[in-house]
Amino acid sequence: MNLTLKIWRQNGSSDKGRMVTYRVDDVSPDMSFLEMLDVLNERLILEGDDPVAFDHDCREGICGMCGMVINGVAHGEQKLTTTCQLHMRHFKDGDTITIEPWRAAAFPVVKDLVVDRSAFDRIIQAGGFVSVPTGSAPEAHSVPVPKADADAAFDAATCIGCGACVAACPNGSASLFTAAKITHLSLLPQGQPERESRARAMVEQMDAEGFGGCTNTGECTAVCPKGIPFDTIARMNADYLKAASK
Amino acid sequence: MKFRRRAQQQQEEETVSLPGMYRVGEPIQDTKAPDGPIEDRWDTRRFQAKLVNPVNKRKLTVIVVGTGLAGGSAAATLGELGYKVKSFCYQDSPRRAHSIAAQGGINAAKNYRGDGDSIYRLFYDTVKGGDYRARESNVYRLAQVSVNIIDQAVAQGVPFAREYGGLLDTRSFGGTQVSRTFYARGQTGQQLLLGAYQALERQVAAGNVEVFTRHEMLELIVSGGRARGVVVRDMVTGEIETHLADAVVLASGGYGNVFYLSTNAKGCNTTAIWRAHKKGAYFGNPCYTQIHPTCIPQSGDHQSKLTLMSESLRNDGRVWVPKRKGDNRAPGDIPEDERDYYLERIYPAFGNLVPRDIASRAAKNVCDEGRGVGPGGLGVYLDFADAIRRMGREAVEKKYGNLFEMYERITGENPYEVPMRIYPAVHYTMGGLWVDYDLQSTIPGLFVIGEANFSDHGANRLGASALMQGLADGYFVLPTTIGDYLAGATSFGPVEEDDVAEARKAVQDKIDKLLSVNGNRTADSFHRELGRIMWDYCGMERTEESLRKALERIPELREEFWNNVKVPGDAEGLNQALERAGRVADFFELAELMCIDALHRTESCGGHFRAESQDADGEALRDDENFAYVAAWEWTPEGPVLHKEELNYEYVKMTQRSYK
Amino acid sequence: MAVTGAVLVLFLIAHMLGNLKIFLGADSFNHYAEWLRTVGSPALPNRTVLTITEIVLVVCVVLHMWAAVSLARRAAKARPVKYAAKRKSQANGYATHTMRYGGVIIVLFVIWHLLDMTFGTVNPEGGDATPYARMIAGFQPDRWWVALFYLVAMVMVGFHLRHGLWSAFQTLGLTRRPRVRSTLQTTAVAVSAVLVIGFVSAPVCILIGVVK
Repeated sequence: MNLTLKIWRQNGSSDKGRMVTYRVDDVSPDMSFLEMLDVLNERLILEGDDPVAFDHDCREGICGMCGMVINGVAHGEQKLTTTCQLHMRHFKDGDTITIEPWRAAAFPVVKDLVVDRSAFDRIIQAGGFVSVPTGSAPEAHSVPVPKADADAAFDAATCIGCGACVAACPNGSASLFTAAKITHLSLLPQGQPERESRARAMVEQMDAEGFGGCTNTGECTAVCPKGIPFDTIARMNADYLKAASK
Repeated sequence: MKFRRRAQQQQEEETVSLPGMYRVGEPIQDTKAPDGPIEDRWDTRRFQAKLVNPVNKRKLTVIVVGTGLAGGSAAATLGELGYKVKSFCYQDSPRRAHSIAAQGGINAAKNYRGDGDSIYRLFYDTVKGGDYRARESNVYRLAQVSVNIIDQAVAQGVPFAREYGGLLDTRSFGGTQVSRTFYARGQTGQQLLLGAYQALERQVAAGNVEVFTRHEMLELIVSGGRARGVVVRDMVTGEIETHLADAVVLASGGYGNVFYLSTNAKGCNTTAIWRAHKKGAYFGNPCYTQIHPTCIPQSGDHQSKLTLMSESLRNDGRVWVPKRKGDNRAPGDIPEDERDYYLERIYPAFGNLVPRDIASRAAKNVCDEGRGVGPGGLGVYLDFADAIRRMGREAVEKKYGNLFEMYERITGENPYEVPMRIYPAVHYTMGGLWVDYDLQSTIPGLFVIGEANFSDHGANRLGASALMQGLADGYFVLPTTIGDYLAGATSFGPVEEDDVAEARKAVQDKIDKLLSVNGNRTADSFHRELGRIMWDYCGMERTEESLRKALERIPELREEFWNNVKVPGDAEGLNQALERAGRVADFFELAELMCIDALHRTESCGGHFRAESQDADGEALRDDENFAYVAAWEWTPEGPVLHKEELNYEYVKMTQRSYK
Repeated sequence: MAVTGAVLVLFLIAHMLGNLKIFLGADSFNHYAEWLRTVGSPALPNRTVLTITEIVLVVCVVLHMWAAVSLARRAAKARPVKYAAKRKSQANGYATHTMRYGGVIIVLFVIWHLLDMTFGTVNPEGGDATPYARMIAGFQPDRWWVALFYLVAMVMVGFHLRHGLWSAFQTLGLTRRPRVRSTLQTTAVAVSAVLVIGFVSAPVCILIGVVK
């Protein structure tokens, strides 16, 4: 199939940036979206042009490195799918596809479709861990965890930190990302001692990074490639309110 | 002495058969592993190891390259111990290292099932699974600390699968008959890595670790005979930076991407260890490559990587191909008696659960016979129809749902209705930089952990053992052994400026060269061609002829690369084409060493199958008389020099592996 | 936002219950209106409770709007560069995406509503008529457009509440467990629906002449 791509090009963080139109022909429906961009880039290199910079690594939907807003939807319209796992069979011959980077003040553009998501690391630094130095752990079976709690914690823990939630949120909020980690740890007995301080510190860091506020639109969950449940945000709010009221 | 003689005999033979390809040097020994009963060796070593005064730790800098399970856990632990740690990764966050993609699980000798598991059995299985090409002392230590890993991960909040009673669930996994694999659905690597990542970020917050993301190590700084730092490129600004330290730890992962198509992440590369190799670190067993049997087959030439389907699928899925050659019927139309469940037929005891190398080669054999399925006949069926009948669709969905979804996303086929198609793909490299029991390479002060070292897996790695080894090295082994080295840091002296300048110049020269060629082919196109050569001639099955052909083609292609590659743009700022070209350049050099290693090892063992060395049934035939050694290769401008480390088996008797 | 919203919802419920007295006849309705002024009397001067209520309501409305404006401003700051492609909503729920302009419509309505029913400025009967008379006059068929505006505004209030209520439950962290969550979802829908029906029933009945 033949496609027209409208891609955001921005040469470095100080450049203003613009949309540039490219044509890509002979796209196979079995290609992944990134493989389609590979084809474009190979051509651009040979033509002496600057290839389109985009982040990617594992290309199997787990590292969280890739991410583009495709036709106005973070990671494209295919549900529960990262950009690297999106395949061209979901597009039609002659389609025009708009490709943009995650848009958020807290995610400044590095180049083209590459953004800086280090704000997420700093949110984790604020408290997204259990303080357990290596070697100090008790025997694993000393604390049984109800299966339902372990499963729910796992569901929250599958977050890949890609940032699609922020990109999709009309408010540019990072609540789903932050809530996923808070929920994962607050559901487990191991996370209890630091539960409140964690919620408080992480929420405050999230606000300090310049993300928007949550208005519970649910756009984040809808585009999340891992389907992080929306109730994680309620849990974050509960933990935060409890911590803040002390 | 006997070993010496043997080596000499062999050298004579080889200089005849492989003229000019390599030379044989002095044997090498692991001087750090203590003697005595195997159960006590790690204790002994820990006690012998010198300690660093807590006050002095703050003054000592350790560089850790890579933030996967090994690097992340090591950097976190070293930070906790009080060292000043600088951690580097090429991704935009340490959480993205490719350990994250490990699906199946992590082994540990907890014996929670009471099914006869023990530290000794894990040790035994690993040595046997590695086809008797791993060090006993290392493997025993690995089995010992495996239990601590589970404790540590659980305490960090890693959400392992649990039973209704709240205790940890385990399953049996590729090639073992006890249930010792702990897992978190199909995302065990992710959960363990996030545990290590969170521990690392805690140390960042505490000011003990500084993380440099989007930084790629391009050279090792060796001064006064010791590893003293690295030269890195800030991939965003393009700046070449120097970072000095008292010790350097490489945890940069494996080099499976030399095949272009592999299950590795696109960014995985050999540059860090290859640069270290060229600075004096020996490379151990480069030819040992693991080909994973359950990957999604290639769909076309555009393919940029291969995706693994967890081996756990083989617990319930049945592998088959049509009995008749060229049978093009849809799988559902092929009646039961015209199907060949070849693994169950050939290996009745282990059936679909035979180790990876065996399952992979069996798939290749049936495809070579013309009985493969799917595009190009490069695939076999992995069928869940029986499992769905037996357990119900819901139970299958619960167990494998996410894997089935992934399969459908990629292929557009529904595995609940049509059997999956799978084919082997390069997955893991057992080879890597040679290290002693302390995980120190032949360059003092350069430690190598995780997949980057030649490790504990011998010639073949068992399923769910990579996560175990990475975390064992990072959390428990390295933080102890590096102290022994750093205790002498006061005598290291300053780093010579000339050594730094030389390393920086090497980096700058290479970048300038790559940018100046301005030819007609992209780095990716060279990489694809190199990968094709490696897969065809140094892949699942190797012959003298194929390897010689590879060794002819690789230098030609490398020559063309340096004369005809096109790298657009400049070195200022983000230039992904430049990054890729630099990595491909190093893959060329490594590929040659892999082929030389594969050519010199005329036996078959584990992930290295030489067609010339097989038994009557077509199984790998080891040559323990001549090859029970680690091949540690030294780089010299005149070509590689082979140093042999003899392997002694005091506890596990060497036998021909049999899974029948 | 959640707290001020909750106060306003409580007010709406009371207001609706009061409105429904119209069906009990003019005396009942006027008496209720009178009672609103004299509640607490003679212990307290007339209108004490009413004034306090009015102040609380005004404060809540102002705070609610201030919160909404600051959230919107924060959102604008959090995404200084907009997407070129039209952002397609992936979450279902029309209600969710009408909160801001829905809120504006509601404010405009409230202003009209006060001028119409409280001060009588735009009411045909004027400010001196009884509340019952003002209400009946306000929704006569010849003033169908008033009733229509009222209807539209009430549907807007319904949407606003449907998301607002649920959002408040979420913000206060009450929706953690799936069971509670679905109960509260239903609650949000039910409360919004009851309020809309309750508020709409009086003008509709007046419009079609059931209540005169």
